[in-house]
Amino acid sequence: MSALSIKGLTKSFGPAEVICGVDLDVADNEVHAVIGPNGAGKSTFFNLLSGAFAPTSGEIYLHGDKINGLSPDKIQQRGLSRSFQVSNVFGNLSVFENLRCACFKQAHAGYVFWRPAARVREANRRAEEVLEMIGLQALRDVPAGALPYASQRALEIGMTIACDAKVVLLDEPTAGMSNTETTQAINLIRQVAEGRTLMIVEHDMGVVFELADRISVLVYGKIIATGTPEEIRNDPRVKEAYLGEEAA
Amino acid sequence: MSQDIIAPMQRTKSRTSLRGLVAWVVFAAVLLLLPVFFQGNSTAFTLLNVIGINIVFALSYNMLLGQGGMLSFGHAVFFGLGSYAAMHAMIAIDEASYAGEGFWAHVPVLGMPLVGMIAGGLVALVLGWPFCRRAGTAFAMITLGLGEMVAAAGQMFPSLFGGEAGIYGNRMVGPQWFGLELAQSSDVYWFIAFWTFAGVFAMWAFTRTPLGRMSNAVRDNPDRLQFIGYPPRNVRFMIFIAAGSFGGLAGGMAAVNYEIITPEALGLIPSGLALLMAAVGGLGVFYGPIVGAVVVTLMNSMLSDYTDASILYVGLVFLAIVMFAPRGLGGGIEQVRVAWRDGDLGRRLPGWLSGAVAVGLIIVGLVVLIELAFQATHGSDEFAHVFGVDFDAAGPWGWLTVVVLLVAGGLIKRATNKLREDQA
Repeated sequence: MSALSIKGLTKSFGPAEVICGVDLDVADNEVHAVIGPNGAGKSTFFNLLSGAFAPTSGEIYLHGDKINGLSPDKIQQRGLSRSFQVSNVFGNLSVFENLRCACFKQAHAGYVFWRPAARVREANRRAEEVLEMIGLQALRDVPAGALPYASQRALEIGMTIACDAKVVLLDEPTAGMSNTETTQAINLIRQVAEGRTLMIVEHDMGVVFELADRISVLVYGKIIATGTPEEIRNDPRVKEAYLGEEAA
Repeated sequence: MSQDIIAPMQRTKSRTSLRGLVAWVVFAAVLLLLPVFFQGNSTAFTLLNVIGINIVFALSYNMLLGQGGMLSFGHAVFFGLGSYAAMHAMIAIDEASYAGEGFWAHVPVLGMPLVGMIAGGLVALVLGWPFCRRAGTAFAMITLGLGEMVAAAGQMFPSLFGGEAGIYGNRMVGPQWFGLELAQSSDVYWFIAFWTFAGVFAMWAFTRTPLGRMSNAVRDNPDRLQFIGYPPRNVRFMIFIAAGSFGGLAGGMAAVNYEIITPEALGLIPSGLALLMAAVGGLGVFYGPIVGAVVVTLMNSMLSDYTDASILYVGLVFLAIVMFAPRGLGGGIEQVRVAWRDGDLGRRLPGWLSGAVAVGLIIVGLVVLIELAFQATHGSDEFAHVFGVDFDAAGPWGWLTVVVLLVAGGLIKRATNKLREDQA
């Protein structure tokens, strides 16, 4: 069974149809990249999958369960977690606290008011683990809002995977990063991808061709091609619509 | 909620637990030693009791605003209804002990804050769900409406609320515990001190729980909260109930202390007081509202002995803090504490001191100005008394003093800004 199965997905904002009929199957443990020019609807696509917007029509199945129309928190509980293009953290909370809050759901502890957060062992252990994974141990007690940009991006990814979701969507994880930072981010994403299904929206073609098992090209709300990096590189329609002279 | 107001200096480290313990020991010691200083001074005890109630009230309000990012104009509803519930319970105790039987005959008046707490929590539980969908303006408006509605209802159901005169009870009824008679305000002090300590400790402990942390998270970024698996509304609702409970606790304390409660206690003015105390003390530090409650209560009750313009001064302090020191008094204390801990105090102290001198001069200048203006327009005295000096509103010298003070303060402030820039 595919991890994520999308059938006839559309989304309209008033008269403007932003996503016009997307069909896509993402296999278990696949790294699937979504590329496309600006305004193609990539972020909207992610917002539909994660429940930020309800689709106008179409169906989304997560491991066979229908999730379209559910609220974001319900979708998160079913095992789909996402990161954001613009860092979206709890600015006044420390790095560690951000991660721990992201772990509470799995520990069923978010509404607990009869014991200290420090005693929720499962959440603390997992938060420490993720903290080490994203390499922010030194910044553990810094308020997330005061982090340097790249560290905030790393925290963003950390919060996304903290809940141990089986399907992870990363929205432009390396946007605005320097070369060194991008290399680190790729390593992190590789780690994240282990044992998970990963979808990423990314503009950096180097990152995409390095990480992705398969690539979908989204243009004006339609997927014009899906295939391995090799196939996409050689697809004439993609060359025309998106890669342009760059690949020719 | 703007970053600036909340911006906490939280560096929670587990090994600070011992230092945290010291703060509680000091707090308990202060509560135990205060009566020694004020022995026989019943006015002082009356004031201390009000301060205790207001500390719990202000802290419970800050659970909403500072911790949860929900600006409420109706928090007195929980305080007031908690107080009413406790008062009715006290009346029930009175009647039951007169008859010598029944459940209430065995309930001590000392436990009334718990009755208030349960009532406040229940009211929040029943009313809160529709309010908590959004924070921000919508929540502020709805709570404003709630406050006015409940205050109006208070006038409409005289059997419950006692009409305009309110209802009153007697705290010297029922079983006596710990030999505490609750006759004088100095007896009531021990009751207030215990519940203040218990309430403050419980609210502090709440901030350390997962829900306490989630309340900070929903304040900082409700949208993201959904994507870590929690609907913001649920978290807000739980904060709302917790804040309502502790507001009711303060109300229960008030019922025993004042032995009277009127529908006015449900309205906008006491709700505004909670906001005032929390904001003056600082929303971003846990102990901020405690500082605010002490300062505002003292100002409210003592300033009027010295000046006819006391209410104006309270308003000006509030304005000045919101505009120029949004972190409040507690935020200022925290800044000094952090600098001291980091060994940074020596470098930053000169700037802070000269800033304090500037602010002090400007304040004195404003006080002289206000007192002169007050005397000039409708004073009964010929002279304005400020800090033991007499100024004559008819002559130029008082006004000249104002100008000199304000200009001097302004100049020192400018020099301070320069000094700080050079340091930075």
